[in-house]
Parts: sequence; C-alpha cells; structure tokens
Amino acid sequence: MKINWFKYAAPMNFYSLAGKLIPFFWIAAIAFTLLGLYWGFFKTADVLNDQKQYYRIIYVHVASAWMAMWLYAVMVFWAALGLIFNTRLSYMMASATAITGANMTLIALITGAIWGKTSWGTWWDWDPKLTTFLILLFIYMGYLALQSAIDDTRRSDKASALLALVGLAIVPVIYFAVNCPDPNECASLHQESSLKRVEANILIGMLVTTLGFWMYSFAVILMRVRNIILDRERKTSWVSKLKEINQ
Amino acid sequence: MLSAFWIVLKRDLLLALRRRNEVFTVLFFFIVVISLFPLGVGVEEKILTKIAPGIVWIAALLASTLALDRLFSSDFEDGTLEQLLLTPHSLSVMVFAKIVAHWLLTGLPLVLIAPLVGLLYQIPVDSIAVMMLVLLLGTPVLSMIGAIGAALTLGLRGGGVLLSFLVLPLYIPVLVYGAGAISASMAQGVSIQPYLLLLSAFMILSLIFAPWATAAALKISIE
Amino acid sequence: MTLQVNNLQCIRGDRELFSGLSFALQQKQLLMLEGANGSGKTTLLRTLCGLYLQEQGDILWDGVSIRKLDDQYRQELLYLGHYNAIKMDLTALENLRINTLLGGYNPGDNALMQALDAIGLFGFEDYPTRQLSQGQKRRVALARLLVSKQKLWILDEPFVALDVAAVELLQNIIAAHVDAGGMAILTTHQEVPLTTGAVKRLRLGEKQGVLADA
Repeated sequence: MKINWFKYAAPMNFYSLAGKLIPFFWIAAIAFTLLGLYWGFFKTADVLNDQKQYYRIIYVHVASAWMAMWLYAVMVFWAALGLIFNTRLSYMMASATAITGANMTLIALITGAIWGKTSWGTWWDWDPKLTTFLILLFIYMGYLALQSAIDDTRRSDKASALLALVGLAIVPVIYFAVNCPDPNECASLHQESSLKRVEANILIGMLVTTLGFWMYSFAVILMRVRNIILDRERKTSWVSKLKEINQ
Repeated sequence: MLSAFWIVLKRDLLLALRRRNEVFTVLFFFIVVISLFPLGVGVEEKILTKIAPGIVWIAALLASTLALDRLFSSDFEDGTLEQLLLTPHSLSVMVFAKIVAHWLLTGLPLVLIAPLVGLLYQIPVDSIAVMMLVLLLGTPVLSMIGAIGAALTLGLRGGGVLLSFLVLPLYIPVLVYGAGAISASMAQGVSIQPYLLLLSAFMILSLIFAPWATAAALKISIE
Repeated sequence: MTLQVNNLQCIRGDRELFSGLSFALQQKQLLMLEGANGSGKTTLLRTLCGLYLQEQGDILWDGVSIRKLDDQYRQELLYLGHYNAIKMDLTALENLRINTLLGGYNPGDNALMQALDAIGLFGFEDYPTRQLSQGQKRRVALARLLVSKQKLWILDEPFVALDVAAVELLQNIIAAHVDAGGMAILTTHQEVPLTTGAVKRLRLGEKQGVLADA
C-alpha cells in the first residue's frame, strides 16, 4: 500500500487526521504513565544505594529529562523540514513541539531540585546535568521569545527555525563545556553512562513512564497544532465549514 | 568576491572613523563593568585575583552583545542592507566583511585594554599575556555567533534585549574555556594548551558556519 | 532580454495582495505600475527583485527563474526603493563610489563626479550627505542611474521629494535608458516621455491587469 504522505502536509487534511489520533494518544499516555509509576513505586526496591524512598522521583525526573532532549531533536527536525521544503505545517509542528519541550525541561529542573534537596540538602547544585538543562531551558525560551517577537508569521517561522538549527549545532558544545570545564582532566570524557549502573527493575519503570510522557507529548502537540492551524487558516473556507466552528 | 569583501570592510571602517564615539562607548562600558565588581564583592586581593578571569569574560560578553545591536540595524534603517542583498556578490562574503569590521572595532580594543584589567585585579604578568591571547581567540567567536542573533532580531521591537537573551547562552563554551585558561595560567604546572586548542577550534568552526548562517538569517529578516 | 512573470501570487501576513498576475517586459519597454495604497506595488517590486518570495508563480529572466540565476540576474538589476540607501556620514561621492563598486563595476571618479554634476549636485560632492536636503539626498541615490550598466531598473516612487527641475531630469534619464534598449519598472503617476520605446501599464488592486499600451 502506498500512502501519500504529502497529502497530510496540507493543514486541512492534517487537521482531521490529528483530530482522530489525539484520543488514542491520550489513552496511551495515561495508561503508560500510570503503569510506569505503579511499577516504579510498588515493584522496585525501597532503597537505592543510600537513598530512601525519595529516590523514586527519578521516574518523573528522568522521563521528563529524556523527553526534553528528544523534543529538541524533534523540533529541529520539523524546523529543518520547513526550511528545506517550505511547508507551513512543519513550522507549526516545530513551534507546537517547542512549548512542550520547554515544559518538560522545566519539570526536569524542578524535580531535579526537589531530588537535590532531599539527597544533597540543597535545592540547587551546579551539577553538569542540571546546568545543561538550565541552559536547554534558556534555549527553548529564546526560540519561543524570538517567535513571539516577530509579527509576520512567515518571518517568525523561518527565523525561529534557523535559530533552532544554530542551537542544535551549539548545544552539544555547551554540554561538553559544562561537563568538562577543565580539558586537562577529561581527556577520557567517556564517563560511564549512569544507565548501566541502574537496576533493570528501575530501568523498566523509567522506560515505561517515558513512553507515557512521549504519548502525552504527541497528544498535546497535536492539539496545539490543531489550534495553530485554526488560527492561521481562519479565513479559509474549509475552516468556516467545520462543525466545531459553527456550533 | 574578494573585492566585495574589501569594499564592505573599508566602508564599515570608514563609517566608524566618522563616528568614533560608538567604538569608545563599548570600550568604556567594558571598563566600567570591570571596575564595578570590586565595589560589589569587596577589594580583598585573593578574591579579586580568583574571580578576575570570569569577570573579564563576562564583561567582554556583555560589551560584545551591546555592540551587536548596531551591526546590521543602521544599514537596515537606511536601506543599504537591502542594496547589499541585491548586489551580484555572495552575501556571506559581505556579511563576513561586516563581522570582521565589527570585531576590529569592538573586539580588538578589548584585547588591547586587557593589561589594564590585569593591573586592576593584580594578575601576574604571565597571566595577562594569556588573557590577551584567549581574548584574541575568543572575541571573534563572540562576534560571529552574535552576528547570527543580530540578523535574526533585525528591526524588532526591543531587539537589543532579545538579542542578548538569544546569544548569551550560546557564548557559554567561550566563557568556560576562556576564563578557564586564565585561571589555569595562574595555577602552578597546569597546561593551558588544551584550552587554546579548543578556543581555536571554536574560532575556525564559527568562521566557517557563522557568515553563512548570518546571511541566511538576513535574507529571512529582510523579506 | 525579457522579464516574464507568470501567474504570480503574493501574500503578506494572511492577506492576499494579488494573484494570477502575468505580464512580460521586453527591451525598450517601460512598465508603469498603478494601484491604490496597499495594493501591493512595493511588494511586487521587491518580489521582482528576489527580495520577497512569492507564494505561487514564476519570475523568469530570459526564460530562466531568477532564483536559479541568482547573482547573474542581480548583475542586470538596479533597484531603488523608498530608502535612499546612502550613508549619512559619507560624502555624496563616497556613497556613489561604494554603491557602484558593489554593483560590480568601477567607472572611475571622473565619471562619478560628472554624474553628480549632471544630477545637480555640483559643489556638494564632498559634503557629508547628512548636511544635504531631502531632495539632494534623493539625487545622490539617483546619481547611480547615470553610471549604471544594469539593463533592468526597478524604481519605487522615484519622483518623491524631487523639485520640478529634478523631476524633468529624471524623466529624461529614464526615457534615455529605455530608448537605448533598457527596461524599467516604476510606480509613479508621473508620465515619462519616450521617443522610441513603449509604455506598458499594469494595474494592481481592483480591476487588476495589463492596460492597453499607451
């Protein structure tokens, strides 16, 4: 079977497709998140290393952190697609993704701070991971600020897309700089991934919760894109014929 | 192609010569920021020497972003930027010329004034040399990355503040290694070579990509 | 040489300025662009320059898209917009020199001085343009036309801020360019008296379309 993908690049067709998909993503989001949290809270050890129950915030922390990074990649993907093919829908997807990405970054930071308070006794520590997320938040905010500062839709779409691409090029360098401020001492930067040290049981909890967050992101991004489509196409005839508009 | 570079470079330098005050404003801003820190954190020599590398760089970042606002906006307002886009030359080359002129006028003076900062903060002579060297390597990167932001925010209301907000986080790698190199030079037996290599790498990468990205941003902004 | 516009549509924000616009311009032809304020005249001119991207349609120069020709097309193009595109801190001569050099040719200072004299700036060549009047600044910008080698002139309201004498002078400059095998597109209500060339008229807004040649 051959699917005509470009059919769904038209906002009108995508609008109805997204409308049909959203309920499924919501169901999946709620199911996976609950399952992941249930597993994490009741099926894993009560103590991790020297940390007690409070370590369980990692299920939310890690899931939101992963999504924050992943959504940046997704945003850049749509931005690049927009710049290459000049499709309006791609820009709409990019801007809808940015808001959820920024929210996920914020959640990762807040849960990180709470975890920090319980385990290190301080709300904030200039730990490389937290610092990187703070900067990621700045970059998401910059993207959104630039977008809202430009009135002309076409310019704001393209300019923010370009900024997202520039960010993609520089974020890894920032990550490197924050993790390794002294290049004399991190010739071997490949510190062991913290994932390998995690018990399989806990990992399952994290992965399932992340899947739930991912489905949630799909649902809200699609909802937001539908709103952006309605706003931008409000003068077209297909919008004025919609049931939900005429109620 | 080269001729377009020289024409634009000469034009921008000539313009700056006619309005010298803009160059000095940036320089004095840098010196004022530098002099405020001791008043805020106290004048204890140990503390001052310790925080000097970071302060020099943060003052340089701020001075650099302050000056960026004018990089394209005056050409935008009088229509000359539009004409640059319509010349039969590569826009990236002309943009590169503008960035080079901008660095010569706002980045290079900071490098040259660095010994004064060294005196104010009681930094050893060897470290002052290192400071000048890393500023020489790092400030072009600031101009290059900043130019992209300046092109993106061209002609926007409150563009100056937005511009700082966009580009300051992107300056972090230069800040970290620029300040790190100066600190390392004050410590005993620490090699500063890796810092210099990293900063050089940033400079080369930004020289390659920034003019191109800035040209693309200008085309978007001027539509 | 031909400038061919096919089925052009331009949208600004969410407002359609014009669509289905087609016309062609040959050598020795002058296109007068008419239309009310906001009908998209300036946007059309900027689109023809390649500064603005059309929503639909093609702009062809000798049968090739101007986006593809890129700098080869810009070599043939001289655009003068609402702004004079001159630097206030530079003198009239310096401005003209830089503008022609960036245009890709170097006529030499003698030719530039002659152009400035011809446009009525004799004695003002070495003043910073900041000190000149509005009309004189406009003349500095227009002096480019006298030394231009470009075939296609696109002029947006070129007669604004000029006195009667300068208007007549500019009319003659444009007429001479078109009669000598050039092409020009302008938005204005001033007539330009041609001797051998032809005037075309294009109307934007209501009753859009190419009007009968005058």
